[in-house]
Amino acid sequence: MAELVVPPSGESVPFRFDAVVVGAGPAGSAAALALARAGRSVALVERGPFPGSKNVYGGVVYGRVLDPIVPRWWEEVPVERWVVRRSTMVVTGSQSLSVDYRTQTWGDAPYNGMTTLRARFDRWLADKAVEAGATLVTSTVATGLRRDARGRVAGVVTDRPDGELAASVVVACDGVNSFLAKEAGLLPRTAPEHLTLGVKEVLDLPPATIDERFGVGRTEGVDMEVLGGTGGIAGGGFLYTNTASVSVGAVLSLPQLAASGTRPEAVIAELKAHPTIEPLLRGGRLREYSAHLIPEGGYDTMPPLAADGLLVAGDAAALTLAAGIWLEGVNFAIASGWAAGQAAARALASGDCSAAGLASYRADLEGQFVLADHKRFRAAPGLVLSDRVQNRYPEMLCDLVEQLFTVANPEPKPGGWQVLRRTAARHGIPLRQLAADALRAARIFG
Amino acid sequence: MSADPSVARPLRAPVRSRHGGAVYPAQSFEERMAAVEFRVGTRPHITVDAAVCRSCTTKACVSACPADLFAPTADGGILFNYEQCFECGTCYQVCNGAGAITWTYPDGGHGVVFHHG
Repeated sequence: MAELVVPPSGESVPFRFDAVVVGAGPAGSAAALALARAGRSVALVERGPFPGSKNVYGGVVYGRVLDPIVPRWWEEVPVERWVVRRSTMVVTGSQSLSVDYRTQTWGDAPYNGMTTLRARFDRWLADKAVEAGATLVTSTVATGLRRDARGRVAGVVTDRPDGELAASVVVACDGVNSFLAKEAGLLPRTAPEHLTLGVKEVLDLPPATIDERFGVGRTEGVDMEVLGGTGGIAGGGFLYTNTASVSVGAVLSLPQLAASGTRPEAVIAELKAHPTIEPLLRGGRLREYSAHLIPEGGYDTMPPLAADGLLVAGDAAALTLAAGIWLEGVNFAIASGWAAGQAAARALASGDCSAAGLASYRADLEGQFVLADHKRFRAAPGLVLSDRVQNRYPEMLCDLVEQLFTVANPEPKPGGWQVLRRTAARHGIPLRQLAADALRAARIFG
Repeated sequence: MSADPSVARPLRAPVRSRHGGAVYPAQSFEERMAAVEFRVGTRPHITVDAAVCRSCTTKACVSACPADLFAPTADGGILFNYEQCFECGTCYQVCNGAGAITWTYPDGGHGVVFHHG
């Protein structure tokens, strides 16, 4: 990895690059790669000792976004397992109802989703930027924005001695807490209502045990999402297979977690103890415990994506998609970072790095999945995190299926409508409410 | 108020599922955190203004922090430990008293190092 040499103390001239990218996560590395490929000098500043060291994700990286960036990426990407089974599970304390989909198509190139370890994946993508000519500067915090005489962003201040980096454009990919976007006035200092806390345990298990328990081959993996198992706190559980470990965790509404007084690890413990989940994890030894915030507010909570001399991408731009059955983030980070890097390169070429000069970034994102998906599912967070979807429907659904499949001889089988009416009534949900929510869901997802 | 790494954390009780079935063995929080690498810096990156905390009615940081870094004190303040921080930001986001918690990133190269994130 290229390292920045800090000028001797007393040197007043800052290092100058065409662009500075802050954060060597997937967004930042994609941005730096785009800038380097365009022939621009670019510094990629990472506060951790290596890219990925501060990062946590919750299940699947969808790789097709890499097609135009790294041809045949699947032959070299540090994958744990290719996801061939996707299971969405609705649970109560003692019941579970799963929709389990499997296809071997996802186990062949170009694949669909992969599980990975961010310490490896993020490093791999950062190395691509370095190979293209970007200067990776690790163990360095960008502590603030540097401004020119006219108040435009003109680089960053770092926590290295004399570590000011001058640049015509800064791409802030500094994550969910983005202090740079906050300093620029693009993000509020706090907005817990738009955030969830992800907590995760990685449990070591022998690869052969994982293959057997999940019914997959050595390179194949499973991703499971769980609704209803988070102790009444809005959010969801997740479980996915790595090569020699299983990751299990929960994503929790921050205000509801705070109000509940429940400790986050207690939610994971309860999830792990569920009768459907416990046998999958039995004997797993804790390898690592981690936590990270997730910006789940969606389209309506996104900051402006550009200011004079500044672009924002990835989690810093709240680009995590949490739309019920679609939970994606790394692909949105890569696509937005790549687009930001390209837009910055165009602005540099035209000599106009003002917000107007950088406006092609947003237009690019609107023309592809990044903003199209977010716009389409903008109302999803409200519905998905509602009390009915989180708590009452899981219980009602499980009861409904239990009624259908319980053979209560000598009682004759009840009709489907009768079971629905009875179950809804028992859970205090009027049928017109059910119909209204179904219509709402159809409008959001249809 | 200064950081206090000696804030005592109780052993968590064994976990029993709601239906009374599977039981996980008790795991102390120390054991849980021992699985995580921290390159502890000398500068505390969290500061807490205990005077503000004393008027806080929720003290949400105490239960919500996934690293269990905050503990209430007898006089209504908050004791904290910055050393085993995940750097998630939960504490300042849920903080009820404006300005009670100031939170920055640890110095470059320091803090949590995830290998399986």
